[in-house]
Parts: sequence; C-alpha cells; structure tokens
Amino acid sequence: MYTGMVTLQVLDTVFYEAQRQGRISFYVTTIGEEAINIASAAALTMDDLVFPQYREPGVLLWRGFTLQEFANQCFGNKADYGKGRQMPIHYGSNKLNYFTVSSTIATQLPPAVGAAYSLKMDKQDACAVTYFGDGGSSEGDFHAALNFAAVMEAPVIFICRNNGWAISTPTSDQFRSDGVAIRGQAYGVKSIRVDGNDALAMYNTVRAAREMAIGEQKPVLIEAMTYRVGHHSTSDDSTKYRPANEIEWWRMQKDPVNRLRKWIERNGWWSSEAESELRIDVRKQQEKLLRETIERHPRDYPEDVPL
Amino acid sequence: MLGFLRHRATAGGSAVPLLQGALQKVRTASLSLKSYSSAAKDMNVREALNAALDEEMAADPRVFLMGEEVGEYQGAYKVSKGLLQKYGPERVVDTPITEAGFTGIGIGAAFYGLKPVVEFMTFNFAMQAMDQLINSAAKTNYMSAGNIPASIVFRGPNGAAAGVGAQHSQCYASWYGSIPGLKVVAPYSSEDARGLLKAAIRDPAPVIFLENELLYGENFPVSAEVLDSSFSLPIGKAKIEREGKDVTITSFSKMVGFALKASEILAKEGISAEVINLRSIRPLDRHKINESVQKTNRLVTVEEGFPQNGVGAEICTSVVEESFGYLDAPVERIAGADVSLPYAANLERMALPQVEDIVRAAKRACYRSIPMAAAAN
Repeated sequence: MYTGMVTLQVLDTVFYEAQRQGRISFYVTTIGEEAINIASAAALTMDDLVFPQYREPGVLLWRGFTLQEFANQCFGNKADYGKGRQMPIHYGSNKLNYFTVSSTIATQLPPAVGAAYSLKMDKQDACAVTYFGDGGSSEGDFHAALNFAAVMEAPVIFICRNNGWAISTPTSDQFRSDGVAIRGQAYGVKSIRVDGNDALAMYNTVRAAREMAIGEQKPVLIEAMTYRVGHHSTSDDSTKYRPANEIEWWRMQKDPVNRLRKWIERNGWWSSEAESELRIDVRKQQEKLLRETIERHPRDYPEDVPL
Repeated sequence: MLGFLRHRATAGGSAVPLLQGALQKVRTASLSLKSYSSAAKDMNVREALNAALDEEMAADPRVFLMGEEVGEYQGAYKVSKGLLQKYGPERVVDTPITEAGFTGIGIGAAFYGLKPVVEFMTFNFAMQAMDQLINSAAKTNYMSAGNIPASIVFRGPNGAAAGVGAQHSQCYASWYGSIPGLKVVAPYSSEDARGLLKAAIRDPAPVIFLENELLYGENFPVSAEVLDSSFSLPIGKAKIEREGKDVTITSFSKMVGFALKASEILAKEGISAEVINLRSIRPLDRHKINESVQKTNRLVTVEEGFPQNGVGAEICTSVVEESFGYLDAPVERIAGADVSLPYAANLERMALPQVEDIVRAAKRACYRSIPMAAAAN
C-alpha cells in the first residue's frame, strides 16, 4: 500500500511537470489524497465497480493500470484506449472495472446506484463504489443518488473526499450542514466520517463498509476528511484564493504518505534507504517511460515542444 | 419593490417597446454621424464584458452577478475580475456547485424584480439546469400572460475551445434558439460583446448570452462611441461585417473570424463574399439575411455546432421561404462534424469547421447554378 502511495505521488509529479513543460495539455493532481485513493482501493476487490470523479487515479493504479497506460491516455496517442477522444486524466478501463472519468460533477453517482442495483439483482458478491468531492455533494445528482440507494437498498459505497475546496470555493461557502456525513444520515444511509489522511483508518473503514454493503445489501456513505494540497488542476493557481502557509502546513504536517511511512518505519518494516531507493527508482522508470512514449508516437506530440 | 412589480404588471409590454424605439432612434442618428473606422483603442472581449458588467451594475442596483467562481476567483475566465472587490458579496455571489439550484434561484430573484446575471462555467454544464431555463425562465411570462416576467441573463462560454473534449465543447445556439420566450445572442467582437451584454441586461426577457472561450483574449478596435456607457446594440439585428456581391456567408461567434479569413482568400480568386455576423440567434435577423441573398443569390451558412437541426438549417429554410426565386445554387451548410468532439488535436481539427472548408463551400456555391431560364415564368 505504501509503495502504491509513493508511486502515485511520483506519477503526479512527473505528469504535472510534463504539463508545465507543454508536453500534455492538462493534468489533475491527487496530492494530499493518496491515502484515500490507495487505501480504499486496497480494501476493495477487483469485482467491485468503481465510478470515479477525477481525483482517484490511485484506485486505477492499485488495480493494475500500468504507468504506460496512464501516459498513453494523457498523450492521447494511438495506444490510448480512449482513441484520443478524451482530455488527459479521463482514464477508464473495462477490464479493471473502472468507469471512464467524466468531466461533469457528480453525474457518476446515479449510475453507480443503478450498477449496484444490477449487482444486487444478479446476486453478485460485489458492490459499486463511487467517489466525489465536497463540491459534488451540492449537485442534484448527489441527492437523487443517495435517496434512491437508500430506497432501493443498493449495495453501493459513496466515498466523499472532503478536501475543503471546490476550485476556489471553501466548504464554508459550499454548505452549512455538518459536513457530508449528516446528509447521508438524512437520507437513511449509514454514514461515517473518517480521517482521510490516515491510510489504515481508510482501509479499515472501506473494508467494513464493503462487508456491510454486500452483507446487508445497504448503501454506505464515507466522508473522508482531507485537504487538497495541490491546485484544482493545471489551469488553477490556488495561492490566489488561499494562504500559501495553509497549503504548506497540510503538505508538511499532515501528508498521508509521510504519516504511513513513519508508522512502517517505526515498526521496522521500512528504512530511509529503502525510501530513497524507491523514489529514485520510480522516478527514473516514469521519466524513461515518458520519453519512450513520446518517441513511439511522434505524430501525437506537439511539434513546438522540445524533447 | 412591490410598487415596481405592480408597475411592470400593468405596463405589460407597452413601456418597453417605446423605450427601445427611442434607443433605436438615438442609435441610428448617431450611426449616420460617426463611422467605426475611427478606432479609439484596442480592447479584448474579456475586458469588454467586464466593463459592460461593471457599468450596468453601477447604473442599476438591481443587477447582480452569480455563478461558480465569479467572486473570489475573479471569474473562471476572469470576466468578473474586480467586481467582488468593487460591489461586495451581496452583488457578486459565489454559488455552490449546483447549476440547477442557482439557475432556479436566479430566476426566482428575477421574478421578484431583481436583474441577475447568471454565469455558467460553460454552457455544457448548463444542461444540468435545462428544466429551470426552459420551464421556469422561458415559459413563465407566456404562461402567466405577461404577469410574471423574468429579466435575467445567462452567460458563459459556448462551443469549442482548444482541446477540451466533448463535454466542454458543444455549441448550444440551436438548442436555445428553438425556444419561444428566450432571446439568444452570440457576440463576436468586443463591440458586439459590450453592446449585446448591455442590451441583454436591460432587456426584460430572459437572454442566453453565448460567449466563446477563445475569443476572450482577442483584441478588437473599439470606437469612442462604443466605449460610452449608454452604448448598446439592438438584439435581433445582424451586422454585415464585410460587403460583397457574389455569395453570402452567415456566421456567428468565433466562426465570424473564420468567415472573414475565408472571404479574404476568396477575394484573391475573384469571389466577393458578403459576411454576415448574425449577432442574434433568436430573434434571427431574417430580413437582413434575405436581403443579402437577394443581392448575391448564393448562401453558405457556417456554424460550429452539430449539423442536424442547427442554426444553418433554420437560415436555409428562411431563405427558401422568402427568397427561393433568387437562389442560383443550393444553400451550402458548414457545421461541425456529426460526432462528439474528440480531444486529440488532429481529430479536433477534423471535426470542426476550418477556413478551407468555408472557402470550398463558397466556391461550390459559385460554380453550381440552376439555369435562369428554368426559373423564369
């Protein structure tokens, strides 16, 4: 799980820099939410259907999407499963049961409930899992989905990544309810609030939620509290609307990757040598892969950007 | 406020046409005195929109702006830059992410008598609010026999930008253009943007204001008359951007630029194209289009949106209805490809109209003709 989180961090850094260099046109980072991504994915099985928003590439990474496949989608080259039809970070994979990312907010929630219902009708030992942010909980689709999930008793897990910001809108301007967990309760859905930066807590919560969803055939809402350390996307500069020291504090003090690292180090399963080795390894691998991808598909690469 | 509402209910539609008529008279008078070639300065569309919003908000305390990221963030495309700082959070409202919600709220405020300007981050996201836009904004005035009007403007980027994929690139001109009760405008230049936004805010009907992301940064010369704070353009009137005599090319928004470039290429080959900037999709300036076709006898309609049931289809029908005898060639229609817009740059280029496509269509229209003898009698 830890190597997954580190890989995700490095992947984010490499692609973000690639965007800044003009190699890809757009990117969305997951910095600060690695625990939610990887830990929740680890608690699920491959049969569970995932309906993501757009800040959950870690789930896909965990399931086996290769770094090459990530690069192909971002570059929109011939090898891209989406055939260059979608913007970067709109990953999708039928075989990994990961529904293709759609730009629109919260539109994946009702289909997730529908898919869960079909799993229930087919009596499968699987559930549907859907992710969205605090901003997504304002959309009409959120309310329709939760209500229906409760009424139809669909085995679906709603994971809300409450990261405090919806582009520049803080949660204080987004809603005045006691977060998102209480909304689940209002609809008759079992809800829980968890520290999203605690990888172990996330893992345990999602695992328990999965058992509840499938065993009792009921929906569950998990509100994972975290912070969006990065910008909303590469088209955003978040220092324009939030203090830089706030971002720094969350990045340094509350980083989920560091937190897990300290725990595994304290237990003697990890060391700082292993850490630097891992990071250098993954970074080199990624950069080499990027270069190879560009070289393999030269026509799908902007002409005016130097290699 | 109640007194104001009563005034509106009793005046019905009578007060407004008088005012509009007066404005028209002032405008035509000034048009004959000044010419637009005396460019005072360059202004980009974003600045034009920002200034128009600023002036209208200063002039009328009922005007307010609402939408996602319009306040603190200065606008997702910086169109509302500085407005929160100037007018405060009561008049520049940052909304939660629910288009259906804040559209409905804006319409409610308009029913009460305020004049909201609702910004959609793109009109693609406005689909979430379709029910409110059509059933609440467009139809209520009619259904209430004029008792419940809504003076509201819905604005935002429409159509394709560059490499943003299918869900960020659809053109909604034909969708909104088919709804009675709405007015739909699509500005091209800074002058269009400024004049039409002011007119839209002042208009008592709900107006859909279709901007274009790629035009925001484009500079256009604006005359001193345009910069005046009482300037506005009439909704429902098209503009002849370039006069010609061989073929009429109608276009709106970004495509006007493409049509103008095409007309320059055509001029080198001896074809004089008349380029019409529609400015207004609903009401469509059928008179001007037909007048032009009656002069040139050939028509090419250009739009970025999907071909079926598009704006070009409506223009073609209007011309067939009123100017059939004047047509020397079938109407040519240039539209986006009948496919969800792909992301990859090479695919996107193939799916959207390019200048070469317009040139080819104009040539086709000029070389194909029905013998005049058959049309006589």
